[in-house]
Amino acid sequence: MRSDGPSRGGFVQPAAVQPPRRVPLWRNPTARAVAFQAVAIAVLLVLAVYLVSTTIANLEQRGIRSGFDFLENEAGFRIGETLIPYSPSDSYARAFLVGLLNTIHVSALGIVLATIIGILVGIARLSRNWLIARLASAFVETVRNIPLLLQLFFWYAAITGLLPAVRDAVAVLPGIYLSKSGLMFPVVKLGNAFPFVAIALLLGIVAAFAFRTWAKRRQDRTGERTPVLLVGTGLIVGFPIVAWLVSGAPLELDVPEKGRFTYSGGSSVTPEFLALLLGLTIYTSGFIAEIVRSGILAVPWGQTEAARALGLRQGRILRLVVLPQALRVIVPPLTSQYLNLTKNSSLAVAIGYPDLVSVANTSLNQTGQAIECISIMMAIYLTLSLSTSAFMNWYNRRVALVER
Amino acid sequence: MSDRAYVAERILPDEEPPAASIGFVGWLRANLFDGFWNSMLTVAAALILIRFVPPLVDWLFLDAVWGDAPPDACREAAGACWAVIWEKHRLILFGRYPYQEHWRPVLGMAILITLVGFSCNRANWRAWLVGAWALGLAAFFALMWGGFFGLTFVPNVLWGGLPLTLLLAIIGIVVAFPVSMLLALGRRSHMPVIRAICVCYIELIRGVPLISLLFMASFMLPLFMPTGVNIDAMLRAQIAIIMFSSAYLAEVIRGGLQAIPRGQFEAAEAIGLGYWKMQRLVILPQAIRLVIPPIVNTFIGLFKDTSLVAIVSLTDLLLATRQAVSDPLWRAYFVEGYIFIAIIYFCFCYFMSKYSQYLERQFYTGQTRN
Repeated sequence: MRSDGPSRGGFVQPAAVQPPRRVPLWRNPTARAVAFQAVAIAVLLVLAVYLVSTTIANLEQRGIRSGFDFLENEAGFRIGETLIPYSPSDSYARAFLVGLLNTIHVSALGIVLATIIGILVGIARLSRNWLIARLASAFVETVRNIPLLLQLFFWYAAITGLLPAVRDAVAVLPGIYLSKSGLMFPVVKLGNAFPFVAIALLLGIVAAFAFRTWAKRRQDRTGERTPVLLVGTGLIVGFPIVAWLVSGAPLELDVPEKGRFTYSGGSSVTPEFLALLLGLTIYTSGFIAEIVRSGILAVPWGQTEAARALGLRQGRILRLVVLPQALRVIVPPLTSQYLNLTKNSSLAVAIGYPDLVSVANTSLNQTGQAIECISIMMAIYLTLSLSTSAFMNWYNRRVALVER
Repeated sequence: MSDRAYVAERILPDEEPPAASIGFVGWLRANLFDGFWNSMLTVAAALILIRFVPPLVDWLFLDAVWGDAPPDACREAAGACWAVIWEKHRLILFGRYPYQEHWRPVLGMAILITLVGFSCNRANWRAWLVGAWALGLAAFFALMWGGFFGLTFVPNVLWGGLPLTLLLAIIGIVVAFPVSMLLALGRRSHMPVIRAICVCYIELIRGVPLISLLFMASFMLPLFMPTGVNIDAMLRAQIAIIMFSSAYLAEVIRGGLQAIPRGQFEAAEAIGLGYWKMQRLVILPQAIRLVIPPIVNTFIGLFKDTSLVAIVSLTDLLLATRQAVSDPLWRAYFVEGYIFIAIIYFCFCYFMSKYSQYLERQFYTGQTRN
């Protein structure tokens, strides 16, 4: 059946099509978007001007100076533990640096320890061993459901309140003592051999990586496997030992000696540091355990079966098939846990460990320059966070599945 | 045929499975002693448990001092001193709220917890629930403040303990929720300026610790206000918590928005819905439903994070406990105090995390693989 076209049913369309009606400006999406954004900018500007003017008025009224000049002034307060030399006569800027280094110190150690414990507990939760799996679950549930600050208070109070005084310190291991005043442990002193050993260690690591690349190429070409782990470990351990022997093998073990009120020798960490490290590590490891567990569960069971069908052994299945795929799921939330740990280290201010927030808080109370002190603190944390997430995005792009 | 000798005439009964693979012994073998290393692990774990659990039970229960007892009784006992909880529980739970009026926070918390329990049932997720929450919160504030019907007025500097913790967490999420929806929509907006503002806000807040926001609220906010305007410490902390949780919630909701297929947007536009109607009727209901479990998880985090207000001297559950155990008579028994509130925090958080897992099972049926 043919269509009759426009003249169907005797209805004839007018020949001249009416020109399209102009869309009024307030219905034009582009115009509306521009207007809306202009209003947003205007509102923000007005708000900013208002805030700045009231703040300036307030500051004048209260006689508070402004500007970052104070950073050059003498800080005048003591800081309990420092990684770089610091005395109260140093400037505020240096005090902030000391605080930042302390934050990084405790965060870096916490990240390493929390990762180790978290991976162990996460795998333990998946264990076929009923007892181990239950214990790991109980640990994770307890740690995750109690506020970190409460845990920190608990550890700090437990260390300073329940442990014996220095003269009755408990020897955890020979040479390692635990007491009210923290943890004391022996250190190895290499004397003038230290720089050589450090350089040799770096060289060893580089050599181990180069060997791994070479071994992989060789395996791709010939199919022959090389004991990479063994040779790599040998390189990393061997280089420093050779360097140490060559430089005359100086060795001095500095063990803490029991005195009447203090210990001499060795190295020690304060109860504040110990409590903070303990709390951060345990709290974060609970979260990391869950991430590891869900990452491993996210790899389909068929992958394990297929690997088994290829004849791979259990250890290789985990190392070559499951873990590389699980890491893709694990790494992004893991990085955000690392960031959380770094940010949570700010709770140090509650137990008196001189981290960045604590130093900023003291400076704020001394100078009254709240805006500057809090801005510095926020800017530093923001830099840490943004650089970490930039790294994470780069890593994600690298490991992302390349699809068709 | 039947006289052939090798044809069985009757079916033999099934053999019992080996005794070692069924029942309790079978369970033990499968779950605890499955191979050498597993057996070693079990033995090691059992040894550790035997070493530590009985002394812990003794300390917690058997040797503990229960009920109303003087501190001297605790000093003589070998176990925990639960008498400190008996003595101080009012201070721990209600802070400095006037002693005679403690029934008011109790009633207020009962209202809030009932509402939470009521909201857990999916059958109640209707528009009137919003009204019920508004009424419930109004009743809570009315009870806490008082100043009418013969109730004495209690200024909110005196509020403390568990009601304050609950209040900060609940108001924190209730107010942050609409804000975070706007932020999430803004972050996906096509307008560059709006998007930039939202991205900056979200990344700025998420990049700094909550404690720095609390410091900002307590030290900088007063400087921003014109002279004469004074906001009290509780409201300042509440503002910081709302700012903080809205940024985190916005990212959660954005996750939900990203999971909505393009076709939904296109279909909504094709039937002629404008932006707001499209979001309200088509997109957000689906997106939010997808992310309710992570929202509950955010709320758990927020509930734990309210304890940080203790650092800016707000007498929440944590600071109230610290004040309670700073009494010289009871100072030695801080562990008991901390365990007591740890149990309170644990109960709330554990319940919420189980609820979030339950919701996940309810929502994602058919999408899970073995």
